[in-house]
Parts: sequence; C-alpha cells; structure tokens
Amino acid sequence: MYVAVKGGERAIEAAHEWLAEERRGDTALPELSVAQIREQMALAVNRVMAEGSLYDPDLAALAIKQARGDLIEAVFLIRAYRTTLPRFGGSEPVDTGAMLPDRRISATFKDVPGGQILGPTFDYTHRLLDFKLMAEGEAPVARRAEPRGEPCPHVLALLDRDGLMEPQTPGEAVPPDLTREPLEMPAGRPLRLQALTRGDEGFVLSMAYSTQRGYGRTHAFVGELRIGRVPVEMEIPELGFAVEIGAVELTECETVNQFTGSKSEPPQFTRGYGLVFGQSERKAISMSLVDRALRWEELGEENSGAPAQDAEFVLYHCDNIQATGFLEHIKLPHYVDFQSELELIRRLRAEALGQREAAQ
Amino acid sequence: MTEPLSPDQAARRDRMGILARAEAAALAALMPPAPAHRMLRAPEVGAVMVRGRAGATGAPFNLGEMSVTRCSLRLETGEVGHSYVQGRDKDHARNAALIDALAQRPEGAEIERIVLRPLAEAEAARAQARAEKAAATRVEFFTLVRGEDQ
Repeated sequence: MYVAVKGGERAIEAAHEWLAEERRGDTALPELSVAQIREQMALAVNRVMAEGSLYDPDLAALAIKQARGDLIEAVFLIRAYRTTLPRFGGSEPVDTGAMLPDRRISATFKDVPGGQILGPTFDYTHRLLDFKLMAEGEAPVARRAEPRGEPCPHVLALLDRDGLMEPQTPGEAVPPDLTREPLEMPAGRPLRLQALTRGDEGFVLSMAYSTQRGYGRTHAFVGELRIGRVPVEMEIPELGFAVEIGAVELTECETVNQFTGSKSEPPQFTRGYGLVFGQSERKAISMSLVDRALRWEELGEENSGAPAQDAEFVLYHCDNIQATGFLEHIKLPHYVDFQSELELIRRLRAEALGQREAAQ
Repeated sequence: MTEPLSPDQAARRDRMGILARAEAAALAALMPPAPAHRMLRAPEVGAVMVRGRAGATGAPFNLGEMSVTRCSLRLETGEVGHSYVQGRDKDHARNAALIDALAQRPEGAEIERIVLRPLAEAEAARAQARAEKAAATRVEFFTLVRGEDQ
C-alpha cells in the first residue's frame, strides 16, 4: 500500500532557509569565498575531487562551502554535477615518470636518482597547535634552491632492471568504467583501482591498516611516493592526434612487497599501486596496500579469509556516496513499512501471551 | 605507434597545449582584437576521463574525470580553430580557439610572439618556482665517520 502524505512543503522550505542562514554563520564575520577555500583548504578540496571523481578545484571548493564543510556531502554534490557533463573522451594514460615532483621520497633506497625531495609535508612537524595561525601575520615565504634538473625515474624501475620485480606489461586495452557499467565480480585490477581511487579515504585507510595488523599481511615497503603535476593528453577527434588539454596534480604510491613465491610465480618482489587526484598521500598509500592485498588470486597466494582480500566486500563498501545514500535513507518516512512491523509484533505478542495463558 | 606528426601538426599540438595549460586571465589579457569569425561549435563544458596505468607502466585504468571546455570556430578568412581547455571557462575556450585559428594565418609568427611565447614563459616560470622550492627540500645525506672505524 502506498499512501501519499502532503503537508511537508512549508516545513521543508523553512528548513532550507534556516540551513542557508546557518551556513552563513555569524554575519559580523566576513563571508568565506570559494577562492579562499580552494587556496587555503586545498587538501579538503583534493579529497572532494578524488572521491567526487572530478578534477575541478573551483567546483570542489564550492561544494565544500555549500556542504558547510561536510566532505561526504560535498563529494555527493560533485558526483551529482559530473553526471550532467557530456563525456568528450578518455585521456592517454598519464606518464607519472615525467612528473616534475613537488615531493618524492623512497623508503627502500636512500640514494635514488633525482634525490629524496620532502616537499610541503606535515611529516617532521610536532603536531602542536600553532596559535600564531589564530592571528593574521605576514604571508610566509618558502626558501628556494637551484634545481639540479636531474631526471626522476621511478624507483621500482631500478629493481625491475635487476629482474627482482614482478614483470609488468603495458597493455593498451580501453579500461572498464564503473561509472558506465555496474561494478560486477570478479573485477579485474583496472576496475579495482578505479573503485579504490574514488573510494572513501577512511574506509580504504582502515582496510589498509587491517593488512598491516595481520589480516591479509602483504609486507609492504613504500618503494616510492611522489606528488606533482602531470599533463593530460587526449586524442582530438577533429585533428586525429593527441594534444595536452591541461594538467592535474597527482599523488602516486608504489609499494614493494616481499613475496616468497607460489605454485605459479617465482620468489620476487611484487607491486601495490596507488594513484589519487591531488595531494592525497594517506589515500595513495592506503590504496596501494589494498590493491596488493586484493591481488592474492592472480599471484597464486593463499586466501586467508581476511576482509582486505575479499574484493566483493572491499569494492562494494568503499564508495561513501553509495554507503551514505543507503544508510541515510532509513531516516526518511517509512510509515507504512513500520505500520506492518507494528501489526506483526502485536500479533506475535498476542499469540505468545495467549499460549502462555493457555499453559498456566 | 601512430605516424609522426608533420611540422604543422607538431606546432599545432604545442600551441594547443600552451593554450590549454595557460591561465584564462593571462590569455584574455594578451588577446588581440578578435577577427570576424563564425562558431562551428559554441564553447561547451564537458568532462574527459583521465587514465593512469597500474603500477605506473602497466594496464590502463580510469582515474576520474576532469572538467574541460571545447570550442571550434572558423575565421572569415577560412581558418578553423579548435580548443580543448581544462576547466569550465567558456571565454578561455573561445580565446584559445581564436588563437589556434589566427596562428594558421600569415601573421602566425606575430601571434606566436605576442601571445604564445609569453604564455609559455609564464608557465615555465611557474614550474621553475615550484622546482626551486622542491630543490630546497631535497635531503642531502651525509654519513658520520666514527673514530674506531678509521
């Protein structure tokens, strides 16, 4: 039975008006501009772009403002917006090896060609609140040094050269796209990587952490972590050749994982991979650990039954928009559903009480 | 592999790349007066799916989309200009298509000098500034030599 109930319109309108007023906050204070959010809340903007799966810093900043800082709500707004855009095509795969890195570190080799570049990192800060930021001060200026102009090859390519790394073939197949076709199991690695890169940072982090604590352990080392801008190239149909259509900032993490060999593979180092929009280091490392854990089958490893090895569990639960959509819908009116529940419980109780009385 | 580009095609690829990566306001400030033209495709906002490779060099996968605006137009003199520029700025896309068309005219060298070169230089300066800040955070390891090892 479906019962239409009216009468909420005025209440909803008033609720939205109040929401707008609360969003603005104390009008004695200046209003936050979208450009301020884009420039000064850049890591929140990056997260909304990564999980919203649309690289557009201005829109992500607008979404954060509209969502009053609720990042999942902001991701929701971006996801909704991107469905309205026509798809012009797909880019050539980006060449992260050609990145001029803002940051590039390796936890496996001290001396790497191109060097260890710390970049604008929170690492080595003391995590003490800086009360100076409560006052307006002069704009800080970073120091500079002469760049050496050395190439910055991927660190794992060094191991690759020695034959110690699992081999990898480029492949040119057009990858499956979970925004066009529903995600179905079994999911190959390209589909898993797409799901993980737009997955919820907290969820992917916790899955990665679970592997470190022993639930599907993968013995990961961060072979390399790099952050920087790379150009995006796409073949232009009108011209028949590829041109650069812009540039995106990316964080890339490659893990080196100890591997003692299996029935099908010799002992060698194996790979986990993370690539995320923006400066999103925690997410990229998490993604690479979960990617590696999910590869157990293709590497002939044992399934220990760990959650991070269960592709269906990980991929069907990592999307925070699907999750929040289903979770939050239970607060909406379920009057009729609940009415039937109520009737059922009353009947069961009446039966149970009737039987007890009869037994006495 | 696809066949190598002709010099004209290579120049166009470079030019369209500079125009796409340029800041919209910087391009607008350098625009010459717009010649008479007709829109073939008015500026249109859309998305391009950005791809990466598993393990940086393996099979391609879909990373996520980026917003892109494209435009095509024809000058009264016949040259067709195309643009695909990052973001949602329709003026940026129209200006880029106009420059792409103007660069094919006899005065192309002038366009190169007054528009494209300054944009390329501004881009190089931005990259250099970041590279200098990155270089300052490069770790210079040194090893302490202990007395008993000597």
